[in-house]
Amino acid sequence: MRVTIRLFARLRDLAGSGELVREVASPATVQSVWRTLVGEMPSLSEYERTMSVAVNADYARMNADVHDGDEVAFLPPVSGG
Amino acid sequence: MPVPLVAVTSEPLDLQALTAAVSASATADGAVTTFVGLVRDHNQGRRVSYLEYEAYEPLAVKALERILNEAREAWPGARLGVHHRIGRLELSEASIIIVAASAHRGEAFASCRYTIERVKQIVPIWKHEHFEGGDVWLEGATADPEDAAAREAAHRIACA
Repeated sequence: MRVTIRLFARLRDLAGSGELVREVASPATVQSVWRTLVGEMPSLSEYERTMSVAVNADYARMNADVHDGDEVAFLPPVSGG
Repeated sequence: MPVPLVAVTSEPLDLQALTAAVSASATADGAVTTFVGLVRDHNQGRRVSYLEYEAYEPLAVKALERILNEAREAWPGARLGVHHRIGRLELSEASIIIVAASAHRGEAFASCRYTIERVKQIVPIWKHEHFEGGDVWLEGATADPEDAAAREAAHRIACA
């Protein structure tokens, strides 16, 4: 199955792109998508303990299910205001 | 076009328009408080040149709506609006405006303060600071809207 991965701020800089499309094994979770990504780009792993995640633009947990066509976002600690 | 109560926009922010949208035709209001966040020329010993704000826009809008609902729940008499700007902002430009209207000043002040504290906790927006000699992504809170302790902390600050 195919998912769109969104990355923001420094995570986007580290990956060199804010939007990636990847094939992942089904059934998938946010965690398995993240492992796919970190396998490809190990430098992203520093965010594992501090990031937030979202599925289809709603906050989610690492164990949330991911389906074909979903958008999974990885978000560094926020600094708005 | 009517001014929305929640917005994430690359356009300059208009406090007067948001104030009018929040307190329109509400003669029962006795208080309006506003908060305007500005781009400051210094941060952690660095001389700031300008900021670039990035957002995960659809989630940022939902998070702002969630915060206003939390504030309305805590202060039922308060009506609120919040606009956040993104893109490149020069020194002294407004990055966020918040308007809170209520019959009495207490609810207006507290709900306004609560809103900015929660924005810093859970809204997926990031500052990319450009300073003399380099640039850095600022990183604050790990966003978790379900974190009750963070929400209580914002409430305590709002009521201090």
